[in-house]
Amino acid sequence: MSMISLEAVSKWYDSFKVLDACTTAIERGEVVVICGPSGSGKSTLIKCINALEPFQQGTILVDGISVGDPQTNLARLRARVGMVFQHFELFPHLSVLANLNLAQVKVLGRTRDVASERSLALLDRVGLRDQAAKFPAQLSGGQQQRVAIARALSMDPIAMLFDEPTSALDPEMIVEVLDVMSTLAQEGMTMLCVTHEMGFARRVANRVIFMDHGTIVEDVAKDAFFDDPSARTARAQTFLSKILQH
Amino acid sequence: MNDLDLDVITRALPWLAQGLQYTVQLTCVAALGGTVLGTLLALARLSPRPIVAGLAASYVNLMRSVPLLLVIFWFYFLVPLGLQWLTSAENPPRVGAERSAYVTFILFEAAYFCEIVRAGIASVGAGQQAAARALGLDQAQVLVHVILPQAFRNMLPVLLTQAIILFQDVSLVSLLNVTDFVGAAGKIAQRDGRVVEMYLFVALVYLVLCSMTSALVRRWQRTHSIGQHPETAR
Repeated sequence: MSMISLEAVSKWYDSFKVLDACTTAIERGEVVVICGPSGSGKSTLIKCINALEPFQQGTILVDGISVGDPQTNLARLRARVGMVFQHFELFPHLSVLANLNLAQVKVLGRTRDVASERSLALLDRVGLRDQAAKFPAQLSGGQQQRVAIARALSMDPIAMLFDEPTSALDPEMIVEVLDVMSTLAQEGMTMLCVTHEMGFARRVANRVIFMDHGTIVEDVAKDAFFDDPSARTARAQTFLSKILQH
Repeated sequence: MNDLDLDVITRALPWLAQGLQYTVQLTCVAALGGTVLGTLLALARLSPRPIVAGLAASYVNLMRSVPLLLVIFWFYFLVPLGLQWLTSAENPPRVGAERSAYVTFILFEAAYFCEIVRAGIASVGAGQQAAARALGLDQAQVLVHVILPQAFRNMLPVLLTQAIILFQDVSLVSLLNVTDFVGAAGKIAQRDGRVVEMYLFVALVYLVLCSMTSALVRRWQRTHSIGQHPETAR
């Protein structure tokens, strides 16, 4: 069974169709990059997977649990799927350590000591153990995003969703975030990343999904996507030529 | 004006202090009670259920359209009748002006604090809500641990400013013959025929207390501007 599967998922904002019959599946341990022009529905698609956005048609299964089923405990489902946002969204009134501890204590029911131990181990992994007592505003953007990744990992998620994790960062900070993501991928984490970092896609991804106007236009193995441009649809070719130009 | 009798103030100090104590007490209780009730009203106004949101909005709009003085009189006469109706007693129970004042000010201020809290909640970005939900927190936990702490920090200056206004408005209870600070001064002024001294002194005390609080608010705003954490703002 796939870790995440989408079957003919459609979503409307009023009469505007933002997702149009999207179908795909992500296997355990797979790293999939979603790319496409802005407004193509990439972010909306991954926000549907942890039910931050509702959808009106189709089925999404996460580890066999139906996201659209009204019976599903969405809070519990979200606790099992890590999410990293474009603008980090650390809680500014809490220290770095408290950011990581909050949901572990309130949702998973861990004691503060157990949570802190796990949090510090994860901060160590992203190279920020010495920043645990600081507040988010005292960190650089790259550091904040690494904390956000550690915070998502603190829930021991079965999969991680990344929503343009590097697009709000200065160039010199992108690398440190991508490094953390690459390590995570090597360790076997199931990852779905909306990103324009084609270098990252080429090095780390197993598969690339290209979206345009709310539809999945391409869903192919990484090598096929990058090494065989002539086999790509015209829309993907145009997009690739634009973002690979520089 | 050239023969001010300041002794009259010294002699009246214990009595005035008692009045001031009541004024401060009523201000604090009304501010705290108003904030709690105002927060609940704000959450109701933001509720996805139209009936809940509509009821809360009507209450807030009603309270904000009626002059405070009218509300004070209204509750003074209405609360005993309401209690009589609730307990089906034969005669309206005696509530007393002081207790009636507490109820009135909490209910009146709640409407104003509601709008402040609503703006405070709106000042917290939607991304914070999404991030908290993405971690598996339920709606109540999102509010208590993520949204409200930030909202209150953002709106603290406005809340304190409203509390200063409340501190001044409390003087209206002297019309119910309650001995607040202004009421106490008024009674002595009448008794001793020293209106100028007493009201000058009262004005001075109000000026000092309100300026001090305003200075605190400004100081707090300087060190806690948006996005700044106290640790970095020094």
